[in-house]
Amino acid sequence: MTFQLTVSPDFPPNHIAGWYIFNTWLQKALNLPIHLELYPSFETQREAIQQGKVDMIYANPYDAAMLIREKGFVAVARPQGKTDEAVIITSTNASYAAVDDLKPGTRVAMTNDPAINLLGMMMLEPAELDSSTLETEVVESYPVAVKLVLQGKADIAFVLKEALEKLTPSTRKQLKVLVESQIGDLYHTFVVGERLADRREAIRDLLVNMHTGPKGKDVLENLGFQGWEPVSADEAEFMMNLIEALK
Amino acid sequence: MKDMNPQDIAGEYREYTLTYYDGTSRKVLVTDIETPYPDGKLIVSTTDLQGIITHANQAFIDMSGYTREELIGQPHYILRCPEMPKAAFRDMWETIQAGKTWHGYVKNLRKDGGYYLVYATVLPNFKDGKIVGYTSVRRKPSRRKMEEALQAYARMREEETA
Repeated sequence: MTFQLTVSPDFPPNHIAGWYIFNTWLQKALNLPIHLELYPSFETQREAIQQGKVDMIYANPYDAAMLIREKGFVAVARPQGKTDEAVIITSTNASYAAVDDLKPGTRVAMTNDPAINLLGMMMLEPAELDSSTLETEVVESYPVAVKLVLQGKADIAFVLKEALEKLTPSTRKQLKVLVESQIGDLYHTFVVGERLADRREAIRDLLVNMHTGPKGKDVLENLGFQGWEPVSADEAEFMMNLIEALK
Repeated sequence: MKDMNPQDIAGEYREYTLTYYDGTSRKVLVTDIETPYPDGKLIVSTTDLQGIITHANQAFIDMSGYTREELIGQPHYILRCPEMPKAAFRDMWETIQAGKTWHGYVKNLRKDGGYYLVYATVLPNFKDGKIVGYTSVRRKPSRRKMEEALQAYARMREEETA
């Protein structure tokens, strides 16, 4: 039987090769056949999850909560020192300087990344804006959302901070950040499903010790990670409660 | 819990004695200095079933003025501002103990006697179907809705003290 590994579609595109290298490393280390499937969108990935096709996933906090609570997945590790933060960006030419300057009817470009959309909407609450007073457009990726802002087709966009940092310097120059979340308690996790229940501890050990070998170090570099740290059931539970509170 | 220390207070202050639901009392020192809630910040804390703080994130520390060590192990009412009506917290406890999520606007007291305003969400945490603690998330409120809530609280306080 071949197991399936997938990655939340919000990862920066320049790390695609990194995940293929990671998959090769993981297959060898576990001595298991693993297929890496990179879904083009959050919807297609969720469909695959619903169909029971996925065994391991590097999941965003929102999907991790669903996978753990509803699908019997267990969080084993998270990238060291990385947390998920959202930014609301606009064009440098825009007249608004802060969230309070935004008015009903503001056009928002967003992806289907539920955690980032929750944070984005939360940051608009002080201006009394919500989905009923905004014009939202859902697009397939952060670069597309950014493009709509730069083309003047959207006033603002909700973007994962890490994705913004990965844009080219010339694109970033044309953007300004209206507000940035400062949470520190939300992060992506590597979650493992029930078909690999007997390998969860082995996978956790492998990931946590990955930075100690030269090969593992190289793989981490390709992912843009320093290393992995273990996630306990209580830590995962805490993050799920936090997501619940933001809904 | 210890009384507030005049040495910690910034500026002129008023003195109140608060009596909490568990019968304990504390002298609190209050100023009118607001610490504005920064955009994008999220205060996160967890408590046990009795409301004793078990987790405080950096935003909680920054906004309350207490150190993490001063917060962990203390009742969440360490932040109680005398201008908040008791009925608001009674409603919160009844809601979360019934397993539901509570939302509300809250004026919180800082260690230095000043205050900060939040929109709070408190929800019960379940394990094996039982409530094992609570998570509280506070974010920047809408100024207009906060003002409305403060006016309502002032009327509730008048009724409580009448």
